[in-house]
Amino acid sequence: MLEGLLIGLQTAFSLQNLLMVIGGCLIGTFIGMLPGLGPMSIIAIMIPVAISMGDPSAALILLAGVYYGAIFGGSTSSILLNAPGVAGTVASSFDGYPMAKQGKAGKALTIAAIASFAGGTVGALLLMIFAPALSSVALLFHSAEYFALMVVGLSAIAAFAGTGQVAKALMMTLLGLMMATVGEGALFNMPRFTMGIMDLQSGFGFITLAMAMFALPEALFLVLKPRTTEDANSGEIKDLRITKAEAKSIAPVIGRQSIQGFFIGVLPGAGATIASFLGYAVERNIAPKEEQEQFGKGSIKGLAAPETANNAACTGSFVPLLTLGIPGSGTTAILLGALIALNVTPGPRLMIDEPQVFWAVIMSMFIGNLVLLILNLPLIPYIAKVLAVPRNYLIPFILFFTLMGAYIGQNNATELLLLVGFGVCATALRFADYPLAPLLIGFILGGMLEDNFSRSMQLYDGIAFIWERPMTLGLLVIALILVALPSYRARRAKLRAAGVADGD
Amino acid sequence: MALDRWIALILLGICMAYGYAAWFTMDGSLAPFMKRNPIWPSTFPKVLSLMGMVASLIILLGLEKSEAKEAEIDYRRLTEYKLGQAILLLGLMVAYALLLRPAGFIFSTSGFLIFGSFILGERKFHIMVPVSLAATFVVWYLVQEVLGIYLRPMPGFLGG
Repeated sequence: MLEGLLIGLQTAFSLQNLLMVIGGCLIGTFIGMLPGLGPMSIIAIMIPVAISMGDPSAALILLAGVYYGAIFGGSTSSILLNAPGVAGTVASSFDGYPMAKQGKAGKALTIAAIASFAGGTVGALLLMIFAPALSSVALLFHSAEYFALMVVGLSAIAAFAGTGQVAKALMMTLLGLMMATVGEGALFNMPRFTMGIMDLQSGFGFITLAMAMFALPEALFLVLKPRTTEDANSGEIKDLRITKAEAKSIAPVIGRQSIQGFFIGVLPGAGATIASFLGYAVERNIAPKEEQEQFGKGSIKGLAAPETANNAACTGSFVPLLTLGIPGSGTTAILLGALIALNVTPGPRLMIDEPQVFWAVIMSMFIGNLVLLILNLPLIPYIAKVLAVPRNYLIPFILFFTLMGAYIGQNNATELLLLVGFGVCATALRFADYPLAPLLIGFILGGMLEDNFSRSMQLYDGIAFIWERPMTLGLLVIALILVALPSYRARRAKLRAAGVADGD
Repeated sequence: MALDRWIALILLGICMAYGYAAWFTMDGSLAPFMKRNPIWPSTFPKVLSLMGMVASLIILLGLEKSEAKEAEIDYRRLTEYKLGQAILLLGLMVAYALLLRPAGFIFSTSGFLIFGSFILGERKFHIMVPVSLAATFVVWYLVQEVLGIYLRPMPGFLGG
């Protein structure tokens, strides 16, 4: 592990990669602040840039920097405008916005930054401990277990989808899997479901689909319903300091929430949004009576809890991605797609085959969190000016970057028509409250799922591998329980009542 | 019937078409030696089509209870939102897709940005035109020179 750490340090501290972290965090903060652009859209837009760099460590460092930069930027707009740019920071506005209204915007931003820093750093430490352990277990897995594990991951995403949403999430996952079968698979060497259209021979473009599922509907929503926000507070951000007593009172909150948030982030389908709401709820429940009253009216604990939890969860969501190669959220699914495009297959072999990628990403998480704390926090008053960019300019540019992202990946204008078509479908699906992240996760996992399934079928000459391998059977049983067990739904229903949005 | 169930009906149709293709059209062209394999190219799609049909039927028949939830945008009152702008922008995107190759990157992109902000109600041409042109050139330079991806800048008849 020490050797890995040193390789990671060496890679992460190269000038190029340091610039990537700083650049990624700044871009992420910048765009994450704009209402309506979540981390998924930003990362999807950044992918062509990352891929054309050609160096997987640099690309992943850049994209990870954008990811936590976006979460940080999202909390800034939650606090200043009560307009969360990201679902994961909705809970931060409960107490952050009242604080800003009381003229304590600077203090709120500092608390958010410190809490994010602590959550991210503790998360990265836990990642360092758990990821190697998990991936050494995962090395024992055969294709049968991989197949079962992916089924578990996909069912967990449906199971966490909430009341009345399980069937819809399952449907979307299946649709994603079906879309993944279009084109010429490696295993069979024959085109499937292309309807004779040459452009479909290589399947649907992953970036096109990611753009169509997230960036385009969000932009269309912004067009349809311009958000009216009171930007009275954005001008006056002063007094960034917090007192010793305040620091003392939020320290235990930050400690608890970094750990809780991390483990929620590890679960597939959970992620930053659930972690932040759960963190907020837990801290409110265990706070002393007189402090409980303060929650929702500008409590510093109520701000620190979701901020810590969502950052820790972002880091936690890297565990299944890096160790098993299975993304648990839409954002990590997009990262997985980018990695595959760069010829790196995340999974248990990643630490052995490409230790520099694995460790450099972890090291860059520490650097990234530091960058957010010491570089972005003082710059926030200036970056907040971006919130004043008029919608008339913003939206055409968002649409243009969406188109460019799909175009330069494939250099094919048909891809643009597909993008618009899928984008309209995705918007209709969003109107009807269908979750879109499962579709993308299904699409990305589809190829791997089928490959592993086929390999086990060939090895065992039929589906006997399901009952002849106890671990496979066990995992599949877990998957079944996950879909059927209603207790998860009840738990999410409570969160939903608190206003949880979908995906992160 | 609510929109989500209409969509479930469409998805059921998609699953059935997909299933038809998987069950009845794919195996005929399979080489004889491949028929001895335990897994065929159609195996996985067959399973998917069945599961998809079940899931869409569950949504269509409303077997899963769900509470009414206030959506961000109520599709029943879609005309009260800025639907015209959204449709025009989508049309503009299609036009951009069709024109990008023949008209070249610089013309189509600056046109897209100018018309885009025009549709959204911007009328300050002295700001809009320079901003769009500058952005177009910067993006073209970055993609072409820094990322090294070829984008034809000028229309075909100008030899771009």
